[in-house]
Amino acid sequence: MYDIMIIGGGAAGCAAARELSRYKADICVVEKEEDVCAGTSKANSAIVHAGYDAEPGSLMAKLNVKGNEMMEAMSKELDFDFKRIGSMVVCVHEEDIGKLEELLERGKKNGVKDMRILNAEEAHALEPNLTEQVVAALYAPTAGIVCPFGMTIAYAENAAVNGVEFKLNTKVEKIEKIEGGYALTTDQGVFETKVVINAAGVYADYFHNMVSGEKIHITPRRGDYCLLDKTAGGHVSHTIFPLPDRFGKGVLVTPTIHGNLLVGPTAIDIEDKEATATTREGLDFLISKAGEAVSDIPMRQVITSFAGLRAHEDHHEFIIGEVKDAKGFVDVAGIESPGLSSAPAIGVMVSQIVSKMLDLSENPDFIPVRRGILNPNKLSFEDRKALIEARPEYGNIICRCEMITEGEIIDAIHRPVGARSLDGVKRRTRAGMGRCQAGFCSPRTMEILARELHVRMADITKSGGHSKLIVGQIKDQL
Amino acid sequence: MEKRELTCIGCPLGCAITVTMESGEIVGITGHTCKRGEEYARKEVTNPTRIVTSIVKVEGGKIPMVSVKTKSDIPKNKIFDVVRGLKNVTVKAPVHIGDVIVSDIADTGVAVVATKNVDIL
Amino acid sequence: MLHYDLVIVGGGPAGLAAAAAAKKSGLESIIILERDHELGGILNQCIHNGFGLHTFKEELTGPEYAGRFIDEVTALQIEYKLNTMVMDITADKKVTAMNRNDGLFEIQAKAIILAMGCRERPRGALNIPGYRPAGIYSAGTAQRLVNIEGFMPGREVVILGSGDIGLIMARRMTLEGAKVKVVAELMPFSGGLKRNIVQCLDDFGIPLKLSHTVVDIEGKERVEGITLAEVDQTGRPIPGTEEHYTCDTLLLSCGLIPENELSRGIGVDMEPVTNGPVVNESLETSVPGVFACGNVLHVHDLVDFVSEEAAAAGKNAARYIRECGQTSDMGSAVKLCTEGIVRYTVPKTIHIERMEDELTVRFRVGAVQKNCYVSAYFDEERVIKKRRPVVAPGEMEEVKLKKEMLLKYPDLKKITFRVEEA
Repeated sequence: MYDIMIIGGGAAGCAAARELSRYKADICVVEKEEDVCAGTSKANSAIVHAGYDAEPGSLMAKLNVKGNEMMEAMSKELDFDFKRIGSMVVCVHEEDIGKLEELLERGKKNGVKDMRILNAEEAHALEPNLTEQVVAALYAPTAGIVCPFGMTIAYAENAAVNGVEFKLNTKVEKIEKIEGGYALTTDQGVFETKVVINAAGVYADYFHNMVSGEKIHITPRRGDYCLLDKTAGGHVSHTIFPLPDRFGKGVLVTPTIHGNLLVGPTAIDIEDKEATATTREGLDFLISKAGEAVSDIPMRQVITSFAGLRAHEDHHEFIIGEVKDAKGFVDVAGIESPGLSSAPAIGVMVSQIVSKMLDLSENPDFIPVRRGILNPNKLSFEDRKALIEARPEYGNIICRCEMITEGEIIDAIHRPVGARSLDGVKRRTRAGMGRCQAGFCSPRTMEILARELHVRMADITKSGGHSKLIVGQIKDQL
Repeated sequence: MEKRELTCIGCPLGCAITVTMESGEIVGITGHTCKRGEEYARKEVTNPTRIVTSIVKVEGGKIPMVSVKTKSDIPKNKIFDVVRGLKNVTVKAPVHIGDVIVSDIADTGVAVVATKNVDIL
Repeated sequence: MLHYDLVIVGGGPAGLAAAAAAKKSGLESIIILERDHELGGILNQCIHNGFGLHTFKEELTGPEYAGRFIDEVTALQIEYKLNTMVMDITADKKVTAMNRNDGLFEIQAKAIILAMGCRERPRGALNIPGYRPAGIYSAGTAQRLVNIEGFMPGREVVILGSGDIGLIMARRMTLEGAKVKVVAELMPFSGGLKRNIVQCLDDFGIPLKLSHTVVDIEGKERVEGITLAEVDQTGRPIPGTEEHYTCDTLLLSCGLIPENELSRGIGVDMEPVTNGPVVNESLETSVPGVFACGNVLHVHDLVDFVSEEAAAAGKNAARYIRECGQTSDMGSAVKLCTEGIVRYTVPKTIHIERMEDELTVRFRVGAVQKNCYVSAYFDEERVIKKRRPVVAPGEMEEVKLKKEMLLKYPDLKKITFRVEEA
């Protein structure tokens, strides 16, 4: 019997796993996909919000501000990319300036530091590509951008190093109360655990409702995004939001941590928890909407579009804690924006709750520091030269757009919770994430995966399951 | 009377040519705008031929496959026979451009030759 | 630091022809840097025939055409490095490159020829909605999997884009045992050669749907189907025209983009229409001593013209080195301008003193026009008038300018290219 099973290898689940690995406990993360960071955590705005949006006093407000404060230290400790670039909520109608002031007040109540309202001139000075219509902006210098894959995978790797087991490709089908805990029936067998942590994203209501009489409901709220080439990455230097509306924070325009430009999301409530398909209406909406705050966005430089599902709980609040009528079952539900921003704080909060529940003692061997995949582009000429002499695979460029070497890809495959698919390699190294969108490097990355994992080319997938890339040999059906 | 509609491949104009046939004989060609178009249409309806290119496996080479082609045109209706005839063909490295891979493919009397050099691994 | 007179970035058809021409012009110190494991570039995966009619007066396959130039470069004992990625080039012509054996290294060059080629436009650039499953390939990626590695990327295929690579892949996939259900083209005309439409589609009964695009992609893990719809004149799908196709593969052949990241790093001026550098009559960019040719300059449809253009670049680079860069600053130049459906010209300026006896100006048009004249106006006077039965975006046009002709116009400021009704 495990001490703790965590359902869901997203940002919240992995952060909780890592924080709990500070204690002596048998911990297992079960994830239905072939990799961690494969659901909501992989397709979002990649923003670390300042924390002025959420209702003062809410868990969302508290964890957002705390997560934001923790992010810089976490990014150093676990070696993932994060940058505090600041955000601006822009106002295009004089009569709405009052709403900026409301946000400012809310931010102050939430404990957000250094916010101020800029007039049109100040706003344009900071961000020259704002449209003429912008009359004022709320500037929040503490907001930042993060690599959501980098962060989630860093948490997962560090958790694994500290003894957490990861069962990937494992789908939980049934949860039953048993003596001293729960039995999780999965497509890979039945596992027993003392405590269940339900960090299942858009499926968190499904699992919660299996064990509790007090039902919750989560709506998958789809968000479509367009990602632009790095040549457009400098179009804005802060995250630019419109004034929020009832569906959320609206269509933002932001540089990404790796220098692209991101436009999105839409906010479309749907039923299907797997429907991550973009729609023409959604993409068209982005193109029209983004131009309201930022002028001349070079939409011709879009290199990919994608959609993610926010786990929108009916009351728009994080539900974190032991479920009243289900002892030993801990919800981490309704983790929608600012979920990514809050993840470090969510991890700590869950760890405090669960360690107390199980009366866990500290793990004296806990290793808090994790080193990420070596990025040779960050080395000096001499250091890089020395690296290639010692490890020639770092001299072999596989992804031409992002300049990713074979060495980095091999590293990504052999790490704890390593890459098993093209997308796994992509999220860890950025190979295939550039402007040609894996046109050149796919066949080469597939070869490296096949060689390193000792499998056939035909077994390599894009993202696990039935996402096979090759279906046979030439002439095999002639 | 049978009418055959063709698109001329002689130039970007791509004239729509109609060839009228009667008991296997050409009785009229219309729609072309130059002499080359007429010649093309005549050949296409009487004896259409194609060069077929494909690849076959290489053993012991620096690369796993070598590209090949029929040394000259083969009848159009034999295209798939030619490809099928290459299905289980494997050659040993080294291979040189022009090397005969199959001397008479699919009873066409035409050889299949290599179109790429492959060195020994 | 290594020293070479001429560094050629790219060992595809452009780089090979440029190298051979430079060597034959008397230049000794030349090196080609190629990122793949062999010379020849994309021709190695273009196993179909139809290359070289202009250059060799015979029809060759891609690997054979490349082979001729590789043989020449070998015979001329031109140095090259394979599996070598150029990381950076500075305006003072310091090249930083990398490979497994030499590690990271620098080369100081006197002149540089950019011959990096182009890449395919990805799905994202097309804003096709739907899922992002496995089974969506650019045509060139599929071509590599099939022709180089011998793998089938799918069994039932829909192709979007009727450029030549898309058409060629329709035939290749069919011949290797796949079922190609349809080729859809957004434009009301195909960008591919007529010959390819007949021999790659018609021969196998594959329908070509003009003015159609993909409006949905189904299948979360692997492609399970796609929906096509007809588009109006502005390219917007027309509701009610949707047609569903079951398939496991979608190939995209939707245009090529010159690969100019290195060029931008050097700081050369770029032409927004071609996405390639702006060049003068010597195919020299705005940075003296940096030349460009082939698909990195503007996307060609016939490799023969790439070789021809690249040979000129090689010769000009050799002259630049011979003259120690003295000729670069030649004062005023004649500007080449475009009007109407003519979208751009290569080159963009001509220094008459420095041009060869004959100079080929290449350009593309933006629309199909039948029965027309391709004209060149020297300032306001129409000097060249060439009758063409048809011009089309898929076929590059050329006009040859003679030096003696230009010398007759001592005050010539600009030459304007137009397509006019006959």
